[in-house]
Amino acid sequence: MPVTLKDAKHIAELARLEFSGEELESFTHQLNQILEYVEKLNELDTENVEPLSHPVEGNNAFREDELKPSINREEALKNAPDRDEEFFRVPKVIG
Amino acid sequence: MLSYSSIADKINKVKSGELSLAENVKEYIARIHENKKLNAFNSIFEDESLKEAEKIDAKIKSGKHGKLAGAVIAVKDVLSIKNKPTTCSSKILKDFTALYTATAVQKLIDEDAIIIGKTNCDEFAMGSSNENSAFGNVLNPADNERVPGGSSGGSAAAVAADLCDAALGTDTGGSVRQPAAFCGVFGLKPSYGRVSRYGLTAFASSFDCIGTLTKNAEDAALILEVISGKDKCDSTSYETPVPEYSKNLNFEKKFKIGLPKECFGEGLSEEIKKAVDSLVKELSSKGFEIVDITLPHSEYTIATYYILTTAEASSNLARYDGAKYGYRSGKSSTLIDMYKSSRSEGFGTEVKRRIMLGTYVLSAGYYDAYYLKAQKVRRLIKNDFDKAFEKVDLILTPTAPTTAFKIGEKSDDPLEMYLSDIYTTSANLAGIPGISFPYSKDSNGLPIGLQFLSKQFDELSLLQMSSFIQKTHLK
Repeated sequence: MPVTLKDAKHIAELARLEFSGEELESFTHQLNQILEYVEKLNELDTENVEPLSHPVEGNNAFREDELKPSINREEALKNAPDRDEEFFRVPKVIG
Repeated sequence: MLSYSSIADKINKVKSGELSLAENVKEYIARIHENKKLNAFNSIFEDESLKEAEKIDAKIKSGKHGKLAGAVIAVKDVLSIKNKPTTCSSKILKDFTALYTATAVQKLIDEDAIIIGKTNCDEFAMGSSNENSAFGNVLNPADNERVPGGSSGGSAAAVAADLCDAALGTDTGGSVRQPAAFCGVFGLKPSYGRVSRYGLTAFASSFDCIGTLTKNAEDAALILEVISGKDKCDSTSYETPVPEYSKNLNFEKKFKIGLPKECFGEGLSEEIKKAVDSLVKELSSKGFEIVDITLPHSEYTIATYYILTTAEASSNLARYDGAKYGYRSGKSSTLIDMYKSSRSEGFGTEVKRRIMLGTYVLSAGYYDAYYLKAQKVRRLIKNDFDKAFEKVDLILTPTAPTTAFKIGEKSDDPLEMYLSDIYTTSANLAGIPGISFPYSKDSNGLPIGLQFLSKQFDELSLLQMSSFIQKTHLK
């Protein structure tokens, strides 16, 4: 099932990316090439195979949910592209 | 240039007064400047390194010093060091300053290593040639018209060109081993979970590993034993005890070595195939048993790898939105516009391509067909290795199908570029360790690297075997 330009636009929207018409065309083409290549996984019968999400299994880690000191406000704001004394500043969210 | 054969030897020479650590660091800094055109470094810590050198020189002479005292180490620019830039070779993090230090780097510092600077790499560690860096290509020291490999291209080039004693890299699908092979150095990717990922900028969290680029197996062993171990800041770091690798490199065992028939087919350069044949002969003549094995799902590794890693990447890279840190586009009037234009202007093409693919395979209606399917095939690939390691101790393969290719040669074809990782991605899918060691050179004088793989948490066998080959063959 090839990806259409419209699909690619939708994926870009989901990924919060935007492309020029030309870029989108080239990405669509490349995505289709890659997807065509990965189609080969369908040669395999995986009906009764458990998915593997993590290569080292049985390493579940639990800990107490305790409050601990973390970075302070000034540190947290240090890399902000825009800020005031206390907060990150972003464009207006509610119109 | 070097008057010592390993980090351990360097410490002895500083102790005896034969070598001045301050002079050594000065020489490295001078070499970094002389080799600026290699573009191996994103930042250099000159003053601090020199200050540290004097302090550590005194420490060594007093007899009270860490295991890596005076070792000059470069760190890939995806690992954080407090109050230093962490750019990931991306425009989106160009001005980012780290708030804390990665556990692996802290452990080096705690053992008196000197961090000389941060190395260039593919943007967010995505690439096989270092051509995806926002700060320009890194050149291969063996031939400046060729790529150093990637994504830890700067780390490999820095070690190969003698700009440091060793370097840390990261390996998500071969990013330590493939550049090590292309540049002619040792590249070790430990088991998943062996080294804490705390402070490593996430690309694909169930694949990412911090590894070492070194001039010999001894240094890899020494650095690995320092950086390994459980860390409370990374719940996926593993409890298993860390052997003293550096003191256990000699061995009596006659390892049984497997040759997977799938790794010697189409696409492999004749010269590399010959190098493997020649090593196989050498090893059998020294009494190692070589057996043919099969890894039946080898042909599915690249497809599985790209579905799973791009999915993880699309989720991990969602955090770069221009709100709290990183690049923000000046062109945005609404919040959503700010996200879109900051990300679109801040990320390079390959990163965007992978976010797009990852978003697609995770999107409604396709999750089962791609992502879940790939997770199932990941299990089949891991099962292949489990079965193989019932029969053999080590698996021998080429590290890459070719030696270093020319800059620009593959940059227009993402799929062809992905295929240069064909022998390395399987270790990350299965969570097993692998080492690339320099074995010989091709007819163009380019380094040929070969790879050993072993079972999870058996880095020792890899180090023993590559140290043995270094002693018996490379001399």
